[in-house]
Amino acid sequence: MYQNSTEIFQMMPFIIIGAGILLSIAVEMSIKKSELILPWFSILIFAVSAVISIAGIQQESVLFGGMIAAGGKAAIFNFIFNVGAALVVLNSVDYIKKYGTYYGEYYILVQSSVLGMMMMSGAKDIIMIFMGLELMSICFYVLAGINRKKFSANEASMKYFLLGAFATGFVIYGIALIYGTSATTKIDDIISGFNRLITNPLFVAGFIFLLIGFSFKIAAFPFHMWVPDVYQGSATTVTGLMSTTGKTAAFSVFIIILAAIFSTHSINKFTPYFAAIASLSMLYGSIVAISQDNVKRMLAYSSIAHAGYMAIGLAAGNISSESGIIFYLAAYTFMNIGAFGIVSIIEGENDTQLGISSYAGLGNRNPVLAAFMALFMFALAGIPPLAGFFGKYYVFIGAIEGGLTWLAVIGVISSVISVYFYLRVVVYMYFREPQEEIKIYSDNLSLSAVVVSGLLVIIFGLFPDTLLNLITSALIR
Amino acid sequence: MVTNYIPIFLVLLAASIFGAAVVFSSRIFGPLRPNKVKIMPYESGKDPIGTTNERISIKYYLVAMLFIVFDIEVIYVYPWAVEFKKLFAQYGLFAFVPMFIFLVVLELGFVYIFMKGGLRWD
Repeated sequence: MYQNSTEIFQMMPFIIIGAGILLSIAVEMSIKKSELILPWFSILIFAVSAVISIAGIQQESVLFGGMIAAGGKAAIFNFIFNVGAALVVLNSVDYIKKYGTYYGEYYILVQSSVLGMMMMSGAKDIIMIFMGLELMSICFYVLAGINRKKFSANEASMKYFLLGAFATGFVIYGIALIYGTSATTKIDDIISGFNRLITNPLFVAGFIFLLIGFSFKIAAFPFHMWVPDVYQGSATTVTGLMSTTGKTAAFSVFIIILAAIFSTHSINKFTPYFAAIASLSMLYGSIVAISQDNVKRMLAYSSIAHAGYMAIGLAAGNISSESGIIFYLAAYTFMNIGAFGIVSIIEGENDTQLGISSYAGLGNRNPVLAAFMALFMFALAGIPPLAGFFGKYYVFIGAIEGGLTWLAVIGVISSVISVYFYLRVVVYMYFREPQEEIKIYSDNLSLSAVVVSGLLVIIFGLFPDTLLNLITSALIR
Repeated sequence: MVTNYIPIFLVLLAASIFGAAVVFSSRIFGPLRPNKVKIMPYESGKDPIGTTNERISIKYYLVAMLFIVFDIEVIYVYPWAVEFKKLFAQYGLFAFVPMFIFLVVLELGFVYIFMKGGLRWD
């Protein structure tokens, strides 16, 4: 059935992750000491899959009977997912040891969620998007409550599941309306008939439902209710995964289903929707984060704000804003995984040492950790030589090109607001004396994950044009 | 059209009247002389123990959940098995191998449940 060797090569990431999941299940059920094997095995398959994905960036091909595309922008997304998940797994080993709650399913669920994300980012069929979304979301619901003896984790899992199921309902209803009006589930057919279909109010309604469902997944403002509680209650490493790769996957779906607007310059009827959620998320996230003393909660609100910055690109809907979003997602993934990695190192057992006061005096006690935390905070705030600045810069450029200067202005204002709470952490680390005795566990593996994400953030910040050219060339093809 | 259904409605009416009569006539016509022993819950002549609203473990949900594995298996395998001769003539081994892979994936899940003690009830 498949003769082309390029296609088989591009299929490999999916096959590797899929076979890896099955093998992990077999290992988990037959070997007692699976915690010594599974993390390294997961990192291995993520690394191999990331390398193969990025190696196939040059040719785009459609796999599995027109269901999934590989190469091009899907290659970049797959790279982000796999590297992000590998860093999270590396980060998890010591964290799980610290909590003393090892479940082998943790790694299997991380692998499955990555498979779901890969299905979403390459989808060529709306049903495929839904399959990937469900695979990812269900794994996340379970991962949020993986520490099942902890009350807050149970609460997080339950909240996430109920609201997530509600959002899934929106998505499937939107898909039904889109299928009803366009008589196809193939995304290419929908894109080619987009200008005709967009005049049909039912099609627009279906699209809006779809967008609402995914706005929930990216944690944009009116659909953000679950974010602070879920991010706070889940294990810190899981939060790192959900807030970065999960958001990236949802944005990849936005980019896929709005491809008619992005690439063939159809009229962007959804600009008001995206402009509204973008401006509200940015302002709400930045302003509410100011009053948060819990660092995980602060990062949750910052995640809402970042969803807003990226949604600016969706409102603008041109090719430079599209590459800006992808750049932003890559930068955001690594800076946030790094920040959550440090939070997971500082965190004590049973949700202690999460407050901002636990960071006081970190600059003296552990200069390396403090330096990296400062790096990630500067990057998230968008201070120039780091990746976060260029992410915002490219998205704002796209907005100005798309005639949405006022949105870029709101973006700049809310990034100025956000500097306060990011730098507050830095101030605590370097200029405050510690109030309490803080015990920091030696976490060499977590530290190495943090160092890798820190290096990626610096590299993206130093050579932004190289990465942006790569993304743009992948998009234009 | 609707007249064809009149006998059915008649039967329904008769059945509900009969059912109601059986249930309520004994209460209306029967003598009602309760005493303490009579109104006790019947437990084979023994005195009742404990309360009636006790919680019962619903471990059966596990079996119901695991049944989904076989449910999906049947949905896919049955049509395939019915058409297998035709498929085999057309595609050769390709008609067999993907289903085999599917079954391996599915059964791996079942073996996992079994090894993890999902079928142990206590």
